[in-house]
Amino acid sequence: MSAVTEQRAMRRGGVRALYAGNARAVVGRGLVATRSSNWVVIASGFFEPVFYLLSLGVGLGAFIGTVTDAAGREIPYAAFIAPALLAVSAMNGAIYDSTWNVFFKMNFGKLYEGMLATSLGPLDIALGEILLALFRGAVYGIGFQIVMQLMGLNLSWWALLAVPAVMLIAFGFAAIGMGVTSYFTTFQQMEWIMFVLTPMFMLSATFFPITVYPEPVQWLVMALPLWHGVELVRGLTTGVVGPELLVHVLYYGVMIAAGLAFTTRRLRALFLD
Amino acid sequence: MTVISATDLVKRYGEVAAVDGVSFEVAPGESFGLLGPNGAGKSTTMRMVGAVSTRTAGELTVLGLDPDEFGPEIRARLGVVPQQDNLDNELRVRENLLTYGRYFGLPRRLIAERADELLEFAQLADRGDAKVDELSGGMKRRLTIARALINEPRILLLDEPTTGLDPQARHILWDRLFRLKEQGTTLLLTTHYMDEAEQLCDRLVVVDHGRIMAEGSPAALIRQYSTREVLEVRFGSERNAAAAAALADVGDRLEVLPDRVLVYADDGEAALVEVTARGLQPLTSLVRRSSLEDVFLRLTGRSLIE
Ligand SMILES: Nc1ncnc2c1ncn2[C@@H]1O[C@H](COP(=O)(O)OP(=O)(O)OP(=O)(O)O)[C@@H](O)[C@H]1O
Ligand SMILES: [Mg+2]
Repeated sequence: MSAVTEQRAMRRGGVRALYAGNARAVVGRGLVATRSSNWVVIASGFFEPVFYLLSLGVGLGAFIGTVTDAAGREIPYAAFIAPALLAVSAMNGAIYDSTWNVFFKMNFGKLYEGMLATSLGPLDIALGEILLALFRGAVYGIGFQIVMQLMGLNLSWWALLAVPAVMLIAFGFAAIGMGVTSYFTTFQQMEWIMFVLTPMFMLSATFFPITVYPEPVQWLVMALPLWHGVELVRGLTTGVVGPELLVHVLYYGVMIAAGLAFTTRRLRALFLD
Repeated sequence: MTVISATDLVKRYGEVAAVDGVSFEVAPGESFGLLGPNGAGKSTTMRMVGAVSTRTAGELTVLGLDPDEFGPEIRARLGVVPQQDNLDNELRVRENLLTYGRYFGLPRRLIAERADELLEFAQLADRGDAKVDELSGGMKRRLTIARALINEPRILLLDEPTTGLDPQARHILWDRLFRLKEQGTTLLLTTHYMDEAEQLCDRLVVVDHGRIMAEGSPAALIRQYSTREVLEVRFGSERNAAAAAALADVGDRLEVLPDRVLVYADDGEAALVEVTARGLQPLTSLVRRSSLEDVFLRLTGRSLIE
């Protein structure tokens, strides 16, 4: 890069050139467009964790009985995995919107090109799309939370805070999901997302306590975003609340900030060369 | 006062200089054209003016502001019709206008009023609830233009507004653009149709390989670089070259194309008489007025549409 372009790139670094404070127009567009979305896919994203809860929590739970929670209490197996599945449903919703939907808009719809010809900046688009994905994640999460309540799996009033926690989780995954998707141009590459998500879903202390792993593996799992989400929600719904929950919140705060910055940079590089 | 001013504008993609030192100025209310063949750098220039592409070197101001620094402010006062339609396929026709207005942060009531006027203007009033995919190419193009007008832009950027449309659809579009011009909107448009440039542009630049070859009004360019009339004669593809050699001093200038010979002369009929007087019998002959195509051929040695 020549000195001139480098200098220009720096001049354009100001937030004013990236953000018009109008992400709600992007959200509004998304809500109008949901009409044409694929409702079967949307519904299946919600029901998947519910089926896990029924088959594993209720079915397998009948064999397992109880699990010792972080406070040393014996809790039903279903109450142990339900908060994990709640975190997963938020993740699923956020990921679907921020990866597949964004992928189509970037590669086939030319949607962002049109948006960036207006006074919108890349940060408006990133934030708007991420808020939409967050919205999907939150709807899944709240629905799942109602299922948990009906099944008597919320063990504490702290469970009310699981709703904002779910939004936080959805926000984090949506922010990272959109940034990562901006690198993908083919369907094969999109499959990689599932390739990462499935093991993370299985291993993030979802179905059994993290203590079953040897210590080095535990450290690895504790680096995964889903583990922080699972532990945060589990603490709230089972009522084991301590300062360590703030660490999980902080983890997501960083994830959101990094994801937004990263996605904005990518959109600028792709559409405002 | 100028609304767009470019000085030695350069845009490089790696080794390729898509725009290679272009300078021009556009006055308010003027209709200014960039005429050139594929790959000349027209769209790249438009994208820089539209504040969606940063320049590599040179100076550029749009409405007095530097697009590299004031992108959103400039884009708020531009209307953009890109080379390829990028309508929102997930929304219906009227919704396309409404949401686009929201992107500019305009209030809903104002947008709703303008949307109805613009659907009228684009002759799509009865298609407001149609899906975008159900529109014909010409209708999509009109909708794209209507959409570009939702913020009442000071400058309208049109990148090949009528490419791919049938003659009737083109005339409808020209009519709409002419009305905008009458209302005082500044137009910056690219085209590789000479007739379009002659119809719409007060002034234009001919670009090739990222450089400006000539600048002026269509009539002035024709006067400067061509003769009043052109005689086109065909002798059959093998004999064109030989015939041209025999005609070297007929008219002001000769241009030998694979399929025909062009004789530039102020009086085409007289030139034809001269051709037959030399014992040459063309298979077909045609006398016509000079056009920008001839200007382009003169400047670059190539025809505009490959
Ligand atoms: N994003 C890009 N990356 C690399 N090269 C590019 C890019 N955009 C344009 N170019 C190159 O710049 C040159 C000019 O392209 P441009 O699209 O501006 O031409 P044009 O005059 O609009 O042509 P057309 O009539 O075909 O639309 C071409 O050689 C093209 O390959
Ligand atoms: Mg072009």
